[in-house]
Amino acid sequence: MSLSKIKFDKKIVLSFWIILIALIIAAPTLLPVFRLNLLGRYLSLSIVALGVDLIWGYTGLLSLGQGIFFALGGYCAAMYLQITSSSEFPNNIPEFFALYGVEKLPFFWEPFRSPVFTFFAIWIIPALVAGLIGFLVFRNRIKGVYFSILTQASLLVFFNFFNGQQKLINGTNGLKTDVTQLFGQMVGSESMQRIFFWITATLVIAAWFFAKWVVKGRFGNILIGIRDDEPRVRFTGYNPVIFKTIIFSIAGGLAGISGALYTVQSGIVSPQFMTVPFSIEMVIWVAVGGRGTLLGAILGAVFINYAKSLVSEALPASWMFIQGGLFILVVTALPEGVLGWIQGDGPRNLLQRFGLKRKIETYPSLEVNSKGGE
Amino acid sequence: MNNKDLLNLIDITVSFEGFLALNKLNLNLKKGELRAVIGPNGAGKTTFLDVITGKVKPTKGEVIFKGKSLVGRKEHKIARLGVGRKFQSPRIFENLTVKENLEISVTTPKSPLNLINKNIKDEQLNEIERLMKIVNLAQKVDSKAGSLSHGQKQWLEIAMLVGQKPDLMLVDEPVAGLTDEETDLTADLLKSLSGENTVVVIDHDMEFIRRLDSNVSVLNQGTVLCEGTMETIQKDKKVIDVYLGRPEA
Repeated sequence: MSLSKIKFDKKIVLSFWIILIALIIAAPTLLPVFRLNLLGRYLSLSIVALGVDLIWGYTGLLSLGQGIFFALGGYCAAMYLQITSSSEFPNNIPEFFALYGVEKLPFFWEPFRSPVFTFFAIWIIPALVAGLIGFLVFRNRIKGVYFSILTQASLLVFFNFFNGQQKLINGTNGLKTDVTQLFGQMVGSESMQRIFFWITATLVIAAWFFAKWVVKGRFGNILIGIRDDEPRVRFTGYNPVIFKTIIFSIAGGLAGISGALYTVQSGIVSPQFMTVPFSIEMVIWVAVGGRGTLLGAILGAVFINYAKSLVSEALPASWMFIQGGLFILVVTALPEGVLGWIQGDGPRNLLQRFGLKRKIETYPSLEVNSKGGE
Repeated sequence: MNNKDLLNLIDITVSFEGFLALNKLNLNLKKGELRAVIGPNGAGKTTFLDVITGKVKPTKGEVIFKGKSLVGRKEHKIARLGVGRKFQSPRIFENLTVKENLEISVTTPKSPLNLINKNIKDEQLNEIERLMKIVNLAQKVDSKAGSLSHGQKQWLEIAMLVGQKPDLMLVDEPVAGLTDEETDLTADLLKSLSGENTVVVIDHDMEFIRRLDSNVSVLNQGTVLCEGTMETIQKDKKVIDVYLGRPEA
């Protein structure tokens, strides 16, 4: 019997949550500001990873363009912060506009004067863009590697477009947020960063529950059906285009939230969020953590990024080798990812190899049945 | 064409880059009929199913189902109109349990909103239980479909087909790889489904077809060579020539 099937005692689950919540509350006092800020950033990245797991792990859509939606969320948040903090600058618009001779806020930024609008824009705009791109691609039955290439091409289109738009979004320089004000406080200040950490931790848990809700039950089963045999789903009377568009849109929305949280904690959003390697890394986090496990996506994003920063501090320039090696290891030895391996038969196989556990001779299910264990 | 017909295929031609997979095929099915379709390899049996289910668009011709044309409709729309299909090799969702597979098939309406918002209806749960009993999978409710034996997979797919409640069931080689006993049970199951449903069975297994005791259409080179009872077609000279083979003189 695999670990995933073991019903954990309710008390254990409860104490797990209590410890987790206590850790989140205490983290700002336990960790130095620098480390806390890093943890907050990596936690926010785990939200985009959850989206990748939904579309790739469950639905089989390998998107290499999640950076688009991640950056869109970041830009929405950053522009709001810049606009609200621009009262001392010429024309009451963000400072960079003056560099390019822009005297009036571009019309599409006008609604971002409103915090309420921004709050919704951060996730709805990326979700809509993802839905639109997704619908056009899925309607034409573009699948597999062609879908991956197309998303990567879209990413490059957005990257180049954003790089060139100095007058609208400060082009390649991006938008800084750390010296802006939010509710009378400097965004980059220690107290604000602590609040952002708590918001991020809460949203990670919320996003996790949301993703679990999406994949549980029949809706999630259809996603798995689309991943494994899309024509069969179609011949059963379901329209896969709609299901794929919805889940791609959800992943886009999650990416937007993730991007906004990452932006306010790293202090800047720029087209660098839309580079090709970054979007591929998102996929690696999920692959290493465990596809189709949700929790694996969160753990993968946080641990790989934390490892990245620790390794980079100790041995600069060696991280790329380690990351590459990690990916090769997962592809060759742990196709289900680390969490998938733990939940499956991995640990038992390992113990057997060292002779610590009796080998199972036939199918595990038969063996268990004969012992009356099920 | 008459009003009692559920399905009419009229002069269907399918050309794959010049190769005629179906050539002016005409076929009519009455409501409640059980029809076997046989033919040598490459006769166009599977293409014939592809045309009805919308996977392949005919180059020429008309498909009329319940008085509506199916040509140009999307696969899922045709399925919702009441055409169900079982594939040649069992196509089930191996990573889902038996019950989840059946849930997918019996669920209506098949919209995302219904699936995410609502729990499965009680009558649909009862239907699933009934289906699992019919195909002897009640013990396997929560097993992954991928862990079933080949015969059980075939039956699960038949159960999924029935659960879809189609007016027209298209069954492609349902007994491939089954034991004799399973084959007999499958034949009985399909016979019991006809009457209420209209069933088209494609197969090579002559014993199985004989047991179905139905009208048989023989396809050859993309067209209907002969139609009639098993006895009639077995005596037909053309059929003997192309398919059954002439007894050694």
